[in-house]
Amino acid sequence: MGASISLDGISHRYKPGASTVLEGIENQIGSGECAVLIGRSGCGKSTLLHMMAGLLLPSEGCVRINGRQVVRPSAKWNMMFQKPSLYPWMNVRQNVGLGLEFAGTGKAEVRDKVDQLLDLVGLADSSTVNVQSLSGGQQQRVALARSLATHPDVLLLDEPFSALDAFTRASLQQEVTAICRARGITLVTVTHDIDEAILMADRVLIMTRNPGRIENEMAVPLPWPRDTASSSFQGHRRALMDQFEQSDGVTPLPEPESDRVRFRRVSNG
Amino acid sequence: MKAATSPAAIAAPRQSGPGLLNRLQPVTYPLAGIAVMLFVWWLGGEYIASNPDTMIFASFAPGPTFVALWNMLGQASLWDAIGASLYRIGAGLFWGCLLGVPLGILVGYFTTARQMANVPFQFLRMVSPLAWMPLAVMIFDSWNGAIVFLILMASLWPILFSTAHGVKRIDPGWFKVARNLGASGPQMLRRIILPAVMMDMMAGIRLAVGVAWVVLVPAEYLGVTSGLGYAINDARDTLDYSALAAVVLVIGVIGYALDGLCGMLMRRFNWQLEG
Repeated sequence: MGASISLDGISHRYKPGASTVLEGIENQIGSGECAVLIGRSGCGKSTLLHMMAGLLLPSEGCVRINGRQVVRPSAKWNMMFQKPSLYPWMNVRQNVGLGLEFAGTGKAEVRDKVDQLLDLVGLADSSTVNVQSLSGGQQQRVALARSLATHPDVLLLDEPFSALDAFTRASLQQEVTAICRARGITLVTVTHDIDEAILMADRVLIMTRNPGRIENEMAVPLPWPRDTASSSFQGHRRALMDQFEQSDGVTPLPEPESDRVRFRRVSNG
Repeated sequence: MKAATSPAAIAAPRQSGPGLLNRLQPVTYPLAGIAVMLFVWWLGGEYIASNPDTMIFASFAPGPTFVALWNMLGQASLWDAIGASLYRIGAGLFWGCLLGVPLGILVGYFTTARQMANVPFQFLRMVSPLAWMPLAVMIFDSWNGAIVFLILMASLWPILFSTAHGVKRIDPGWFKVARNLGASGPQMLRRIILPAVMMDMMAGIRLAVGVAWVVLVPAEYLGVTSGLGYAINDARDTLDYSALAAVVLVIGVIGYALDGLCGMLMRRFNWQLEG
């Protein structure tokens, strides 16, 4: 099941004396919530996600998952990257089962779980295929199955669909969200794609840069699965766009009153 | 004036079909190369035989050499010499891998280790393995031990540097994912680092085999009474030049076979999908 994430006063510098990458990050992500971090390049959203994964420790403050401070990576809070980073000397099955193998799970159990997951991501017929011969979308499906194999409480996505074609990206956005919601996994996605944010989020956290802060947040109370063509989707999209531009110091374009969606400002510290 | 071009004149060049000639192509060129080499050898032999100053060395020619080789193949002494040399090469390479692979991983993985080791390793690498001969004779109480040490010094650097290069090239994402999946240090080494660098390691071993095989012959000029280097020395001392040339031939063939074996292993461990 999912886990709550608490971002407690996080500030970060890569080196002492270097410029501040993140400053005064305070937020709570509820168990089973789908949160999206959105912001321009260089605003520190990937850095923040790496901290949630335990791959990087903040200079100040801490990340807590279910109240426990995150100090190292764990298969229980798993991250998917822009590149699937599959191991080319292993086939699909071996890649998916790797986390279970690391955890010392028995071979029969690994086989059963991997079978279920390959079925879930639509690669049941490709279990013995060399991962290098898969398409980009299929490779990300393998990476997703690999991340789900260890039954994570939290799934952290670092722009994992940005290198995919539009059709594959759209189907994976829907599938990942549906899987996480069905399993109660807390999902945190980093993106700079407004559509992706509205498509995948219960709540969007808008980050600004220099230094990186969570400037605003916007709830997305749309029903699942989401229809990108619906007027409510487009309304939220426009609202997020405005919010994004305001956070960045750009005056938003005027919009029809009926589509306006309210957002609230987050107090930082 | 421009010549008229008929359809027949611009017909596509004839495509070579899957005939016997095409199927034989992989062996025809190497066989032609061998034939040229034998011809040059024969020509050299004829020249040596025709010159009164050098005719004493006429048995270096292909004819006497192949006769001597045929005779030697039936004698245990040749096989003993081959066995002794292969044992020394094997032992030297074993130690070369045992030291070179972990040191290569260390130097490739840790920046501090790389920065510390760079100057000493580059310095030692440039010292000819044979330059260690006097030291090896003093350190080891047997000639065999000294020769294995020289082979180790010849094979260590290619293995170490190739492994280190392989580790440096590992996709950082592979480490991140493995850490994220909960890999322990030994699991990271066994399941990620070693398979990832296997091709570079094998390339290093292949280079090491070549260098070690070249170093072996002069190394066996040391006090030992076995091995192919010793056999050459012995043939020279007894003025048996056809036997000397036959041993050279054997050394070349075994060296070629060892390289082929390494090539086979490289293909076996190559995880990159071709094409």
